[in-house]
Amino acid sequence: MKKLGKIYMAAVLMFLYVPIFVLIVFSFNESKSRSVFSGFTLDWYEKLFRNDIIISSLINTIIIAVIASIVSTILGTLAAIGINNMRKVPKALVMNVTNMPIINPEIVTGVSLMLLFVFFAARMNLEFGFVTLLIAHITFDVPYVILNIMPKFKQLDPHLYEAAQDLGCSPFKAFRKVVLPEIMPGVISGFLMAFTYSLDDFVISYFTSGSTSQTLPITIYSMTRRKVSPEINALSTLIFLVVVIILIVKNIIENKQAKRNASFRRN
Amino acid sequence: MKLKVLSAPYLVWMVIFIVVPLLMVAYFAFTNESGGFTMENISNVGQYANIFVRSIWLSVIATLICLLIAYPVAFTLSRMEKHKQGTMMMLVMLPMWMNFLLRTYAWMTLLGNNGIINNILGFFGLGPFKLINTSGAVVLGMVYNYLPFMILPLYSVMEKIDKSVLEAAQDLGCSSRSTLFRVIIPLSLPGITSGITMVFVPAISTFIISRMLGGGSNLLIGDLIEMQFLGNSYNPNLGAAISLVLMVIILVIMTIMNQFSPDDQVLI
Repeated sequence: MKKLGKIYMAAVLMFLYVPIFVLIVFSFNESKSRSVFSGFTLDWYEKLFRNDIIISSLINTIIIAVIASIVSTILGTLAAIGINNMRKVPKALVMNVTNMPIINPEIVTGVSLMLLFVFFAARMNLEFGFVTLLIAHITFDVPYVILNIMPKFKQLDPHLYEAAQDLGCSPFKAFRKVVLPEIMPGVISGFLMAFTYSLDDFVISYFTSGSTSQTLPITIYSMTRRKVSPEINALSTLIFLVVVIILIVKNIIENKQAKRNASFRRN
Repeated sequence: MKLKVLSAPYLVWMVIFIVVPLLMVAYFAFTNESGGFTMENISNVGQYANIFVRSIWLSVIATLICLLIAYPVAFTLSRMEKHKQGTMMMLVMLPMWMNFLLRTYAWMTLLGNNGIINNILGFFGLGPFKLINTSGAVVLGMVYNYLPFMILPLYSVMEKIDKSVLEAAQDLGCSSRSTLFRVIIPLSLPGITSGITMVFVPAISTFIISRMLGGGSNLLIGDLIEMQFLGNSYNPNLGAAISLVLMVIILVIMTIMNQFSPDDQVLI
């Protein structure tokens, strides 16, 4: 039974990884063929780095993800604090609306924002491009920030905040010294989640980007529409490499923290 | 200081960029080009009944396959030693960090008429088979892309099932089959329902997977919506009506799923 489980896990992992490894192998393929490996080359990587469209959309993606995740973290943290102090009914109402972009299919969020931007574009001086993309990204990022922070308030004793004020802290100082450190893990994980969602988003960006400002996923999409472009393989390999490195580093940091926490407890 | 005030900027943002756009979808769905009220868009959606049926059918199949594959994975994972669980979970989730366009593109490479699978089969004197541009390829793409969405919630509920509960069931005379059906499955029900929604919602609304792996002959609801907004047949009113119907379908399915999951489970 145990052996069966191992074989099964191996089969599922193969299913998940074989397609990616095939992409990686063929990123070094000399010919454009997608099935016959004819010889080793690094040409596609060189072409990739010379491809202005890819490089500029990569830079654009990072700029948008950084700004959107910072703005949505600020907006979302303030919102979470406010929502936490609301009465039951308005709180439930706001949380239900906040959940909408998460529950709704991405395509619906995308077209709904597109309709809004078309409306603005016709009446004001708004063009589809960087600004609309940024607004769209902030809009789908904020709910994740709020949802990451809200559970932290449940663990927080509300009397601590009052106690700090009784002991002479100003409300702001009490907040900074007592509440903020407690919700900080939620703020950070919310920020990271917003950042990765922004980097990765295709569907909502596709409907809100216009032709002047492209993100990397949109560029990838237009590349896949062309028949054969081995540069995608090279790009996939690099992205895979970056992801693996990030996850390994993350794991090492978490393990260190876990060890440190464990030794604290022992002392 | 009233802390409530801090949420004001977000509330303004939320109304303008979440509430108003959704109201605009509803408004467009019930108006014609000149802005007059009409039911025409909604009734026109009926013309695409076959696309709706296909979308629901393919995404239901994909969801079921995901459940069947993921359930044993999650269970095996949850019974491993603790330190191994973390590493294995990371391995399972890692492909999700690659953009789904790249993951789908990988299958284009594999399934193509001159692709690797046909090449290998050809080596044994089989084929070539028509693998890409079929509804099977679309289902495969959905399963491949959304499988981790099913594994994750299943694993997180099963991880909490105590080993001693399973042992107790067996001590009390349960066969391994009845342990599965009377203990493990009921205890993992919240994971099953949230896994189903996490796979079904993106599967039914996708337009990339069907376009990349389904060719032109396997249009889904997502393709239909995309065509009304960015494609050749520009018609935002019809597009909004289709989006509205899609939202209603998903709402109905989620309500049904909620019936099965215990009281305070939130479906995310």
